[in-house]
Amino acid sequence: MNGTFVYIDNKEIPIENEQNLLELIRKARIDLPTFCYHSELSIYGACRLCMVEVDGMGLVPACSTPPNPEMKVRTNTGEIRRMRKIIVELLLANHSQNCPTCQKSTTCQLQALAKRLGITHVRFKNQLKEMPADESSPSIVRDPNKCVLCGDCVRICSEVQTVGAIDFAYRGAQTVVIPSFGKALDQVECVNCGQCARICPTGALTPRSEVDEVWRAIHDPSKVVVAQVAPAVRVAIGEMFGLPPGTTTTGQIAAALRAIGFDRIYDTSFTADLTVIEESNEFIKRVTAGDRIPQFTSCCPAWVKFVEQYYPEFVNHLSSCRSPQQMFGALAKEMLASDLKVKREDIVVVSVMPCTAKKFEAKRPEFESDGVRDVDNVLTTQEFGRMIEEAGLHFKELGPESFHLPFGFKTGAGVIFGNSGGVSEAVLRYVSEKLTGQKHDAYEFASVRGEEGIREAKLTVAGSEFTLAIVSGLGNARRVLENIKSGEVHYDLVEVMACPGGCIGGAGQPVFTDPLVKRQRTKGLYESDRMLELHKSQDNPYITELYDNVLGEAGSPRAHKLLHTSYSSRKRIVDEDLSISSGAEKSLDISVCFGTSCFLKGSQKLLRDILEYINVKELDDRINVKASFCFEKCDKGPTIKVGSRIIEGCTTEKAIEAIKREGMGLS
Amino acid sequence: METIRKFERVFEIIDQNQRSAARLIPILQAVQAEYRYLPEEILTFVATSLGISPARVFGVATFYSLFTLKPKGKYLIRVCNGTACHVKGSMGLYGAIVKKLGLKEGEDSTSDMLFTVETVNCLGACGLSPAMVINDEVYGQLTPQRVSDIIDEIVLKEAHNESDAHGA
Repeated sequence: MNGTFVYIDNKEIPIENEQNLLELIRKARIDLPTFCYHSELSIYGACRLCMVEVDGMGLVPACSTPPNPEMKVRTNTGEIRRMRKIIVELLLANHSQNCPTCQKSTTCQLQALAKRLGITHVRFKNQLKEMPADESSPSIVRDPNKCVLCGDCVRICSEVQTVGAIDFAYRGAQTVVIPSFGKALDQVECVNCGQCARICPTGALTPRSEVDEVWRAIHDPSKVVVAQVAPAVRVAIGEMFGLPPGTTTTGQIAAALRAIGFDRIYDTSFTADLTVIEESNEFIKRVTAGDRIPQFTSCCPAWVKFVEQYYPEFVNHLSSCRSPQQMFGALAKEMLASDLKVKREDIVVVSVMPCTAKKFEAKRPEFESDGVRDVDNVLTTQEFGRMIEEAGLHFKELGPESFHLPFGFKTGAGVIFGNSGGVSEAVLRYVSEKLTGQKHDAYEFASVRGEEGIREAKLTVAGSEFTLAIVSGLGNARRVLENIKSGEVHYDLVEVMACPGGCIGGAGQPVFTDPLVKRQRTKGLYESDRMLELHKSQDNPYITELYDNVLGEAGSPRAHKLLHTSYSSRKRIVDEDLSISSGAEKSLDISVCFGTSCFLKGSQKLLRDILEYINVKELDDRINVKASFCFEKCDKGPTIKVGSRIIEGCTTEKAIEAIKREGMGLS
Repeated sequence: METIRKFERVFEIIDQNQRSAARLIPILQAVQAEYRYLPEEILTFVATSLGISPARVFGVATFYSLFTLKPKGKYLIRVCNGTACHVKGSMGLYGAIVKKLGLKEGEDSTSDMLFTVETVNCLGACGLSPAMVINDEVYGQLTPQRVSDIIDEIVLKEAHNESDAHGA
């Protein structure tokens, strides 16, 4: 196809591997509108906004028409313009009209398109039947009244993240995008990564806002409000105020937080440095002992939930380290209470994160002590930007200020955490010195950097060879896990970030459509690292002080209490038991697990055998048999539950023995 | 034991369809033939066994009007409301059935789950209009009186079966 041309609006445009007319038209610098086309997703062809006229073919959607040599394409005929307007008008006629109060206002593509196409009134009567929004999730709000059914969210969730928590349901005018069985988002397998909200062109899926709660805390004189700012925020928030992507605005962020009224301003990069020390020591211990290798990073809460749901057999491979956000919360509540002489419950920890899953993480039951949450509120970069706007601050013109000590002091290692590969690199900077016992001047590990969703790096440190995998995107993580399971690959350390590109591409970041934005943010973080005086977590003097005065050594019991956690497998969808046979009241309950893992390990045969046994022994009216969908013990399946006892690795014999132990079928 | 048999059937159905996600529609058809509707937990089970998300299965199950997620009565009455039947007064027939079965606003099944009534858009039996189908049997050139008689017959037959079963 190369060396040939397509005529776009009478201009010759060379074909260079473009797969469809839309890419070619965009190359010709014509911004053909579309809702449903994204180069990272499959082609859907639903929104019909990219219709063009091709000689001999008539009207065709540019996104799903491959370019042919000599094709004559017109993008702006009267008919096409009329059609585009009608499409947008029809969408508006079926759309919520409360634009001024919508979270997506000014970044909404439907709004922008209506303006761009010069739609000043909608000729059709508004047909919207108002439906309730789903606000069950701590991370994401789904408002069906703002959905244009482009399917971007459905495809990113199933194709890129391989979760598939939402999909189209019903048909025709009733079509909606909804979780299975119309359940609430917090009842299904959603991992809260928020990529659906990132890609949604309208306000149908948005990060859940905690702005009001944070203002309330700030205005409450009895509260000491403490902010922590994640690394990826500093290279993105400027975009909301007209700065180019990747501009580092650490100083302005500190100034803005102070002006808004935060009492203490700290940097999550400090606890990222702490994570490096704890996680590296865990890694050295585990790799030396050959214990649960590969070790998986645990900084990304969407990834952690993904493992808990789909790969329970790997749950104990996750590093026991809390994420930097949660380490900060635990430390701040513990130390500031005595340092500032305030009650624990009067300290409010607010995180500023590029992430929607961090909202979920902060609410996990593990992260609370004595009834006080470690992290009280999580703001996304967008929400923080809105607070800056509300406070009337000219962000660009703010004179840079500094963070408070000690938790405001970081090294470059803690800053690059926001990039995919950053955690691995920070760990390598520590491990390479720890294992060799020597200081190195060079600190950059180019081999772990890059844009690919799955990267491998082999390194030799002090005579030992380590293999690392750096993964971003949960679909890629699934591929890597499957390869590890099949024994096809071996890794020592696997870093996973749920969002493609890492935290810089998080769903809480300012809305972007150009993939170049991510590249610039990544570059921004690496530059920030270079500009700092220190690049290795072990060189952070305040970290050393923290160990000397508070924690003891890495992995100490005190460090464990404050900085580590545990995980357990979890059900994907709540409340789905199937009653197979029921006896009379007060009979014995037997549940057989039919989760994926147990199913593969033979729960079907087990159920048949149990039922046959019950039949033969005539125990029908004394035993209830249920099929359950996951007991969260998948690594030891098949699992059954007899009464209150869980039997792992169950065989027919073990099951019968357990039934007998309950005093049944002894004859 | 009925539940076990049905659940065992689900295994068979999935196996007969090679555990292939591409066979989802035939699998759902077979499951519905077994249960007369698609129970939620069976759909979750089907999704898990085929390695697709429950949301996708739910999407397919709600897209086709053939599938139902609500339990249906033993006798499913489908009143044709295609053009020909509509002109010949099918909605009057539908009203007569609803009244006869004593269904309240928003109900489509009788409380004893003997009957469910719904409309369909064309049975392709326009020559017999107005027409309806009860399970697999077609009835044509109907009047409200005839519909009422047909329902009475079914009720009578069921009552007989019931007393036979008790007698035995």
